[in-house]
Amino acid sequence: MTTSVSSSSSSSSESGLVLPTYRRDPEGTHPPLDSPGYKSTRLRHPKQPLVLLPHKLTEVTGPLLGPGRLGELDNDLTRQHPEEPQGQRILVHGRLLDGDGRPVPNSLVEVWQANAGGRYKHVWDNWPCPVDPNFDGVGRTITDNEGRYEFTTIKPGAYPWKNHDNAWRPAHIHFSVFGHAFTQRLVTQMYFPDDPLFSQDPIFNSVPDEKARQRMISRFDMSRTVPEWALAFEFDIVLRGREATPFENEEEDE
Amino acid sequence: MSTPSQTVGPYLSLGLPWDDGPTVAGADTPGAVWIRGVVYDGAGAPVPDGLIETWQADPHGRFDHPDDPRGAQPGFRGFGRCPTDDEGAYGIRTVLPGALPGEAPHIDVSVFARGLLHRVVTRIYFPEHAEANAADPVLTSVPAQRRDTLIATRTEDGYRFDVRLQGEGETVFFDV
Ligand SMILES: [Fe+3]
Repeated sequence: MTTSVSSSSSSSSESGLVLPTYRRDPEGTHPPLDSPGYKSTRLRHPKQPLVLLPHKLTEVTGPLLGPGRLGELDNDLTRQHPEEPQGQRILVHGRLLDGDGRPVPNSLVEVWQANAGGRYKHVWDNWPCPVDPNFDGVGRTITDNEGRYEFTTIKPGAYPWKNHDNAWRPAHIHFSVFGHAFTQRLVTQMYFPDDPLFSQDPIFNSVPDEKARQRMISRFDMSRTVPEWALAFEFDIVLRGREATPFENEEEDE
Repeated sequence: MSTPSQTVGPYLSLGLPWDDGPTVAGADTPGAVWIRGVVYDGAGAPVPDGLIETWQADPHGRFDHPDDPRGAQPGFRGFGRCPTDDEGAYGIRTVLPGALPGEAPHIDVSVFARGLLHRVVTRIYFPEHAEANAADPVLTSVPAQRRDTLIATRTEDGYRFDVRLQGEGETVFFDV
């Protein structure tokens, strides 16, 4: 079979470019933008239907942000100040994977979190718990060739918010990852096992699918604890997978 | 099975902004322009706890990425990131992307904010390319009366592109 190299046609597939496309996630994987239980969605969710965006060049590519963005101590949130922060030292590790279980290597992972008492080092956070002068709660790292990442931090505390009467956020770490393509960009939150606050948290519960919700909860990992030093939690992040491309099918045919 | 999305929450400005995030192109780059705008909520109030990310081709319409089948063109980051300020405003300094095969020049935009449980995605098109815009397959798939929400307007130092999350003049958002 011959492939036309280019033409002046009106779409990238017709112009001879063979592009991957990314599978859409099953219904219920992500929270609806209109989630009344989380009050801040009320004035911020679009009311018009979303328009389907086919995966073209801009969507199947994405920023590949590597080591150049990292400072030396960005992956150890306990060593960014002369003194150590208060709290339970933990190791957080896991893999960045695509929907087919393939690792996403050399990819930037960014995290931010509250301190051990649940207070963020942010001017708007004024709940009565002291700021820890030795804890910024901000980290960055990059996945290795097997898609693994790891950082050292302290376990964040739960904190109150004003969403509803006596509302508390379960302890969590905010994660931002890029993957390999614009379609894979993801910001999520990592939770801790067996948190009694899950049942009353509209953000955690905004994810409709029960199994999908469980994927946001890290696993206590005894094997990675460091004796007399740190507990450990494992958290894998799974991004959208690719559809099989026409190019791959062609190869199989030959 | 994918990990679900969650909101960036109110304190995203701790973790996400970079010093060089808003500058995709240096000030002395020929053709450098500022794209500025304000993010508004459904009551018309500015959103001060949001973040805009941009992703675009270089001026020749190419990407520094291995999945550009025409070959990666090293050197252009193509990615911008700017938190909104207390007035809901953001600004990205960049150069205009070139046209892509079968597509008018455009920039993909992700909007993150407290109250957004998932990013919303839109596109910036440019008013100079009326003819290419009229033939663009994505732009023409948008209801005609809403297309202008995707077209930036000229300003003194570049372009203006406001984002209205909800209500009157709501920006067109895409299901990626
Ligand atoms: Fe938080």
